[in-house]
Amino acid sequence: MNFKKQLKEGLLTKNPVTVQLLGMCSTLAITTNLFNGLGMGLSVTLILICSNVMISALRKVIPSQIRIAAYIVIIASFVTVVDLCLQAFLPALSDSLGVFIPLIVVNCMILGRAEAFAAKNGVLASAADGLCQGMGYTVALVAMCIIRELLGAGTFGGGLLNNGEGFRIIPAQYPAMQLLMPVGGFLTLGFVIAGSQWLIKRIEKRKGGAKV
Amino acid sequence: MNAYVQALLGILLSAILTENFILVRFYGICPFMGVSKRIDTALGMGLSVTFVMALASAACWLVYQLLLALNLVYMQTVAFVLVIAAIVQVVEMFLKKFVPALYKALGIFLPLITTNCAVLGVTLVNAQEGFDFLQSVINGAAGGIGFTLSIVLFASMRERVSKADCPAAFKGFPIALVTAGLLALAFMGFSGMKIF
Repeated sequence: MNFKKQLKEGLLTKNPVTVQLLGMCSTLAITTNLFNGLGMGLSVTLILICSNVMISALRKVIPSQIRIAAYIVIIASFVTVVDLCLQAFLPALSDSLGVFIPLIVVNCMILGRAEAFAAKNGVLASAADGLCQGMGYTVALVAMCIIRELLGAGTFGGGLLNNGEGFRIIPAQYPAMQLLMPVGGFLTLGFVIAGSQWLIKRIEKRKGGAKV
Repeated sequence: MNAYVQALLGILLSAILTENFILVRFYGICPFMGVSKRIDTALGMGLSVTFVMALASAACWLVYQLLLALNLVYMQTVAFVLVIAAIVQVVEMFLKKFVPALYKALGIFLPLITTNCAVLGVTLVNAQEGFDFLQSVINGAAGGIGFTLSIVLFASMRERVSKADCPAAFKGFPIALVTAGLLALAFMGFSGMKIF
């Protein structure tokens, strides 16, 4: 399999968040600071790689009539493992992500990759697919976090850098708190998707121009 | 009015307005964005979700009591997902057999509900908050009503927005998300409202 192509698809042209529009609940809900975004992104990536590998390995064993139920059980098991690990080793992250960790089970991105890729491809390619799609998800999440945190709280790296305070970039009286609220989630995702559509079109145009 | 009824009313109103499942808590964004291009399909989706959410809340409450008794609470996510998948399947078969008219109207939405995080979300919240049976069912039903309210409002806005002119990069989903943002802004007006 072509790893470079998979990577490009995951990060840009088939990015799970900005192009495939999968897993939007968590994208909107938890992107309020860098720590949450990275934590969620990495947890989802880990679960995605594990579930892709497992489903790909079992793809010839699982009868196709009950495959969705089987996938859900596999995914739910990995999510439970990650959930319990976070509760034990990173309680701060587990608290701030709350119910959105168990909700990774119904993140349509994971089931979507299982159905679209892992069920048809080999173990190694599926692991690579999980890694690339997970990275695309993480990058989109982190981008949202940086924008919302900067404009909404005026800081960078909240929860992670500078003893969890983050570095203050905009003085405390100026940021628009609304960006950390649900409104900001919808607006920021709208602008991030618009930005990625613009970028993809531009790249396509440039490629087309080079051929001529 | 006694305190218990007041608490139930509080759960009802906060699940519909102040803590709206979609616009405040972000549960169930996928169907919210996916099935909101027309008002009638949005209504169909909303009603099926409401029904499944109330049913799932009741069933998962029973399962949760069982897990508590067996000391298996860490299995709750797996158990709830299976219960929801089973309920959706049973509801689909039941409607197909006994209420074919309703099945025709809702049929295509039912399989989608298994992976709707509003349904799993409400059962997890019920367990987390330690609600009793009646509170769980009311929270489930009210969450579904809140879902229906916002998806129908959003669909009617979207029908209009789709005819408007907007920058090329914003065509399609981005402008819909901005619209949803404005709707969420309106629902922010309910926040801080204290019910009883």
